[in-house]
Amino acid sequence: MTRLLQIEFIKLWNNRASKILILSYFVLLSSIALVAAVKFDIGPIKFHLAEQGIFNFPYIWHFNAFITAFFKLFLAIVIVSMMANEYSNKTIKQNLIDGLSKKEFILSKFLTVISFALASTVFVFVVSLILGLIYSDFNEIGIIFSGLEFLLAFFVKLVGFFSFCLFLGILVKRSAFALGFLILWQVFETFVRGIIRWRFFDGETTDFVMGFFPLNAMWNLIKEPFSRLSAVQTAVNQMGEEIVLNYHVHWYEILIVLAWTAIFIYGSYALLKKRDL
Amino acid sequence: MSTILSVNQLTKKFGYLTAVKDLSFSIEKGHVYGILGPNGSGKSTTLGIVLNVVNRTDGDFEWFDGSSTTHEALKRVGAIIERPNFYPYMTAVQNLKLVCKIKEVGEEKIEEKLELVGLLDRKDSKFRTYSLGMKQRLAIASALLNDPEILILDEPTNGLDPQGIHQIREIIKKIASQGTTILLASHLLDEVEKVCSHVIILRKGEKLYSGRVDGLLASHGFFELKTHDLDKLKTYLEKHASFGQIKLENGHITAFLKEEMDAGKLNKTLFDQGIVLSHLVKRKESLEEQFLTLTKNQSN
Repeated sequence: MTRLLQIEFIKLWNNRASKILILSYFVLLSSIALVAAVKFDIGPIKFHLAEQGIFNFPYIWHFNAFITAFFKLFLAIVIVSMMANEYSNKTIKQNLIDGLSKKEFILSKFLTVISFALASTVFVFVVSLILGLIYSDFNEIGIIFSGLEFLLAFFVKLVGFFSFCLFLGILVKRSAFALGFLILWQVFETFVRGIIRWRFFDGETTDFVMGFFPLNAMWNLIKEPFSRLSAVQTAVNQMGEEIVLNYHVHWYEILIVLAWTAIFIYGSYALLKKRDL
Repeated sequence: MSTILSVNQLTKKFGYLTAVKDLSFSIEKGHVYGILGPNGSGKSTTLGIVLNVVNRTDGDFEWFDGSSTTHEALKRVGAIIERPNFYPYMTAVQNLKLVCKIKEVGEEKIEEKLELVGLLDRKDSKFRTYSLGMKQRLAIASALLNDPEILILDEPTNGLDPQGIHQIREIIKKIASQGTTILLASHLLDEVEKVCSHVIILRKGEKLYSGRVDGLLASHGFFELKTHDLDKLKTYLEKHASFGQIKLENGHITAFLKEEMDAGKLNKTLFDQGIVLSHLVKRKESLEEQFLTLTKNQSN
């Protein structure tokens, strides 16, 4: 297993473009800390974002997991191109001739995906922990380590998304087209949602059905955290409205994403096995 | 003698096209084999199948008497298919380190092999800066990293300039002289003739011949003869039982033998007949001539 990871590491780390993208990804992850610096001080209006409660435990896990998940697009480019480049350089052929089995080839890519997701999760954990310790109003151990299921959801979300990218890289064989396909798929899911909502079901059933589509399922894992903010809630309450909060991570959502991951990885393997190179 | 590779009734179809048809042969340790055939005769497809990159339609193959799986066996094989495939953004040494990891061998042989193919002074240049000849030589170095039991080369001199072709041939000869089994696919017959002891001849995916190069045609060779009275010589030879076809071209006679005959004996016989030769050469057909004869016979 370490051998497979080392193989992939040599391929990635010697590629300048990948290296820059990976590094800037982690720089961006830590840039979430910059939010703390958002401060308006215009005469009577004093606004300090860090003091609005977004860095309170355990809310910070939810907030940071939600925001940092957007940066995954950077790694998506790396993953799609690391797969598609094997085809365009024909190095996949040479790898197999040199004695890597097709299973090992897919496994080495999948292990890389897992490593990326794991590294991101650990990174977000550390950054959030530090931010929280500085700004949080609550500092009891029990509160700090509650709500960590958002990080689990974050990890699963990344693994699922990167596996999708991996699969597209193998399917399309060209990085630009694979990324295009990814965007197209997002459009397709929105389109399907529109059709279902318009023609077939009410809002709730539509959400349920859409929960089975890959990108939607990944999106569902971590719901938007803003309505949880006390400031937002107060504002809404003042307008006489009530927000129904359902921000929890559900086990079946994790299961759906894991199922998609399995389908993508197995699909990649099946494609590779079936194709003549 | 141990068998390195045995191929049994291998068939590959691409849609309606049958690229390889019922092909069987085996590769024994210590010989240098050539796979011959015109373009599109199924050479590369056959090699692709045994190297795990092309799926077979039917039949099977076995590495090292079936003692291990194909991808394990490939770690004991060195192979180059068509054009060299490496990571363009990595240097020669980085690329070779990657190959070492895949083949699970140590990295200490890298320098030695780069030296062998004459790339040691360019070892830290990126692969994309290499010329085609250098890329091909790097591919050979990479194939040799594990000191393979068999080296498989598919058109190793394709697209190279004369100097590059010469360098690659010298390297192949050097490797062959060290006792490594070699399987060389080519449509350049003189190339195969120069280095191979055995040949497998393919045409349209079918095997026409496999065996020793000198056993290719049951031929006894031919004489090239010159004398001042060519007609008299021709008439005499045509009556002689040992000769088959007699051709008169470019001022000399080519007479093909039907049975073994010594050049000295022919000279004496002709002299006794009053024919004095000014030119006498006994030759065997070149591989090219034999190959063309064989493929022509089969197509009739």
